Amino acid sequence: MRALFYRDLALALRAGGGFGLGLAFFLIVVVLVPFSVGPTSELLSRIAPGVLWLGALLACLLSLDRLLAVDFEDGALDLLATSPLPLEGVVAVKAAAHWVTTGLPLVLAAPVLGVLLNLAPGGYGVLVISLALGTPALSMIGAFGAALTVGIKRGGLLMSLLVLPLYVPTLIFGAEAARRAAQGLDPATPLLFLAGITGGVLALMPFAAGAVLRVNLR
Amino acid sequence: MELSVTDLAVGRGGVPVLAGLSFGLGAGRALVLRGPNGSGKTTLLRTVAGLQPPMAGMVRGAEDRVAYAAHADGLKAALSVAENLRFWAAVFGQRDIGPALRAFDLEDLAERRAGQLSAGQKRRLGLARLVVTGRPLWVLDEPTVSLDTASVALFADAVRRHMAAGGAALIATHIDLGLEAGVLDVTPYRARALEVAAADEAFL
Repeated sequence: MRALFYRDLALALRAGGGFGLGLAFFLIVVVLVPFSVGPTSELLSRIAPGVLWLGALLACLLSLDRLLAVDFEDGALDLLATSPLPLEGVVAVKAAAHWVTTGLPLVLAAPVLGVLLNLAPGGYGVLVISLALGTPALSMIGAFGAALTVGIKRGGLLMSLLVLPLYVPTLIFGAEAARRAAQGLDPATPLLFLAGITGGVLALMPFAAGAVLRVNLR
Repeated sequence: MELSVTDLAVGRGGVPVLAGLSFGLGAGRALVLRGPNGSGKTTLLRTVAGLQPPMAGMVRGAEDRVAYAAHADGLKAALSVAENLRFWAAVFGQRDIGPALRAFDLEDLAERRAGQLSAGQKRRLGLARLVVTGRPLWVLDEPTVSLDTASVALFADAVRRHMAAGGAALIATHIDLGLEAGVLDVTPYRARALEVAAADEAFL
């Protein structure tokens, strides 16, 4: 399991691994928002938590279609399926590696991009906490989507359609927590909901993804 | 160590390909599967490897003991030869990749990126993976594709060593490896298309 985790990290960081793609996308989306809605600082500061969360979510989605597809195409997934590792563990580890290479950089970059959107000073801490709590769920749900569409040529679009509705609860509570904090309200309730959703997703999704993958490999 | 297959029927996409297949494979033995393209050798091997369930019959003695190698080697172009092997060794709970590198004459290429290898060298690396798995039953699908004569000899030696160490091998191949192996022609076990037609009638 550890070997798979390190291998996925190494592959993501080396040339052609696509590390930084999500981060660059996040940056571009956030920079483009003031151009599209106008540079009114009051408006920007009101929509900042939502834009940052939506940007992070879409950036997370961007690299998901390669999560299992690469291993499927070069045959590594078949070999992993016949290895001692359970497929549930394989999916969970790959989702974890995806989070470290995609989700974690987004969490760290979010406060910097918050400045660009004139996010209220009180919102930064909770924005980072909510993203740190929510993005693991995005990676894990995405891994489930990737398992559903593995083996389908150009399955990325289908995967987005399947995964985005499942992202809605995470987005609602994550953005709500950041918004409440930015307005000086207590963000505890949406944060707890967010943590609950992530906990549930991390507990259940590996099994769903493993089962789906087993069927798809036939 | 005994692989036993009894009255096995395998299918692809719900269509039966082979039926009524029975054979056994003991420790230190090898069995070569023969049959024309599309006769179901790959499907049979995938079923034995546990990648797909049998349509009927039983496969015993294969679970958690199979090292499977198919047309795709599962190599990562961005990792070096040694890194690729070390990864698979770690997955299978092994450590030493030296014997595998030596067996397939890959020592000089150990630090080369797998993406820069020739087709034959990639194949050798894919086969070297079998050695680092430490699994007793090798299930190989056309292992000699793109190998030259010298490399085929290396491969045959590796299989012989594996058999001498008490391992077994189930190999689908068309060339003569010079192994002391039983031969199973799958052609007579081809599932009759009639059954398919009967199964489809209800939906037509």
